[in-house]
Amino acid sequence: MNPFRIHTGIVAPLDRPNVDTDQIIPKQFLKRIERTGFGEFLFYDWRYDANGEPERFFVLNADEYKGATILLAGKNFGCGSSREHAPWALLDYGFRTIIAPSFADIFANNCMKNGIVPVVLSEAEVEELFQRTADRPGYQLTVDLERRVVEDDRGFSASFVIDDFHRHCLMEGLDDIALTQQHEPQIAAYEARRPAWRDAH
Amino acid sequence: MVCEPPGEPALLYIDLHLVHEVTSPQAFDGLREAGRVVRRPDLTVATADHNVPTTDRSLPITDEIAARQIAALRRNCADFNIPFYDLDSAEQGIVHVIGPELGLTQPGMTIVCGDSHTSTHGAFGALAFGIGTSEVEHVLATQCLPQQKPRTMEVRIDGELPESVTAKDLALAIIGQIGTAGANGHVIEYTGEAIRALSMEARMTLCNMSIEAGARAGMIAADETTFSYLEGRRFAPRNTEENAAWDDAVAYWRTLKTDPDAEYDRVVEIDANALAPYVSWGTSPGHVVPVTGSVPNPSDTATESDRRAAERMLDYMGLTPGTRIEDIPVTRVFIGSCTNARIEDLRAAASVVRGYRINPSVHAMVVPGSQTVKRAAEAEGLDQIFIDAGFDWREAGCSMCLGMNPDILQPGERCASTSNRNFEGRQGRGGRTHLVSPIMAAAAAIAGHFTDVRRWEFKS
Repeated sequence: MNPFRIHTGIVAPLDRPNVDTDQIIPKQFLKRIERTGFGEFLFYDWRYDANGEPERFFVLNADEYKGATILLAGKNFGCGSSREHAPWALLDYGFRTIIAPSFADIFANNCMKNGIVPVVLSEAEVEELFQRTADRPGYQLTVDLERRVVEDDRGFSASFVIDDFHRHCLMEGLDDIALTQQHEPQIAAYEARRPAWRDAH
Repeated sequence: MVCEPPGEPALLYIDLHLVHEVTSPQAFDGLREAGRVVRRPDLTVATADHNVPTTDRSLPITDEIAARQIAALRRNCADFNIPFYDLDSAEQGIVHVIGPELGLTQPGMTIVCGDSHTSTHGAFGALAFGIGTSEVEHVLATQCLPQQKPRTMEVRIDGELPESVTAKDLALAIIGQIGTAGANGHVIEYTGEAIRALSMEARMTLCNMSIEAGARAGMIAADETTFSYLEGRRFAPRNTEENAAWDDAVAYWRTLKTDPDAEYDRVVEIDANALAPYVSWGTSPGHVVPVTGSVPNPSDTATESDRRAAERMLDYMGLTPGTRIEDIPVTRVFIGSCTNARIEDLRAAASVVRGYRINPSVHAMVVPGSQTVKRAAEAEGLDQIFIDAGFDWREAGCSMCLGMNPDILQPGERCASTSNRNFEGRQGRGGRTHLVSPIMAAAAAIAGHFTDVRRWEFKS
């Protein structure tokens, strides 16, 4: 995965709480067996009407948010299904980071496995960013993972929390399977200790 | 736990890895690209459930992309030597139904699956949680998963569930109270006398919906109910002449209890006696009211953002504030899913249906959770009760819970569903889902609208 250190980009505001992964990538697109190509189906049922025509009022169809790489969203973003197709679709569309007051656990995990940074800010800070996005077409933010800060060029600055391990993996673009495989002796030792009846199948 | 390397999360060993067709193909491809193998195919079990048709299994699958995905799983299981309960298997079914049914799910295990409803298996006192495809690949390759320690939440249910108030209603009540993000970052332990009184299948229904409260997992300490459910199941430990594996296992399982003086990060208490059958009205599982209630008014919500969201939901659901729940007509009824498609669910629903015909304006279907459940129901004659009443009686799978197969709602159709998610478009674009228990769904099918099953006239 691509390393993430510092990123500046256009902010697309999606002011809805509880955006679930069924909305992010509807089920009819989960049958693909590849990891790529999900971007065109991102938020499909909101982006397109029943005839496949773009919905005029959906944020990603507006000219000022073309090329957006930062998604600003309401609380509990990514709830529901564990489908990793959701972060794949966001990434493929071009989003590198999502800012929200809270994220569903599995979704946040899936994002970090794909080099997307889930940034948690307070509800008040997110509200302020929605306001700034509405006030200035083409509004941009910088997400600095090294310093754990989100800022704009007009005085907004907010710090966020992310644990050292995930930050390190994101900044280096690490393959954490290789990391686990370094503990092979401990894994083998653990397996030797497991009672035989534990091997169900 | 394998180890706690400095600067890294603890490494958890995974005792059972369940695999299905939708979230696994990219993981197997990843293994191949990196030249890795499946470390413990013997601790891995696969089935096809999400996109399988629930109609005649002898016919070819008409959806070519679905067929391709199932074929990919078949090939991956063959290549990596993973046991696979294929479409023609007598034990095929929803992965969270067949795991317990086969005795694969056992107390004290760590269980993962690329599916959020893996929390179901917590009913056995296992730590069971959903993972994404990258983690599926991680577990396939290493049988381990790095995990940060979650916070703990006790949900204590004292008292006794009233007649016709089920584990599903309990789940909906809990989510209604704490919210869909209420347990984010936590593992829930359900405790209290009402929990101890639940059957294993009811416990599975409750733990299944932990994810709808945002929880990483939900669990119930194993007890005699758990042991008697497990004893004699195909893959449960058993005593032989050489060893006493069952006795050893039970002795160990008995030790798996929370210490009496343990402190949880958070405690939620609910009085079971005060609960009723619930019906969801919105597009998030926390939006529930008792069947005797009415559609709430968005202006009663706490924040401006919540008000906008509630208005949007009512618009999508085609509902007006103040409408009595019992006055809402339904045209579709779905009894199925990993939440409510086990034999007890079907028995309960059939007891409501017996001697009635479904309302002429309703199309209703029953999709058993597994082929084993289907056979058991047929042996008891439940299928005939449903068929006589006008229900469709189908083959096992996830079906209309998520509409990945041809079983979907049409725009504007309103469904009483025993599944777990009422998200916009979940059961089909424009479809309107109301979450209810199996007996509430059965009653709605007959009445043609929601009705309080506590007042149901059962026929013998």
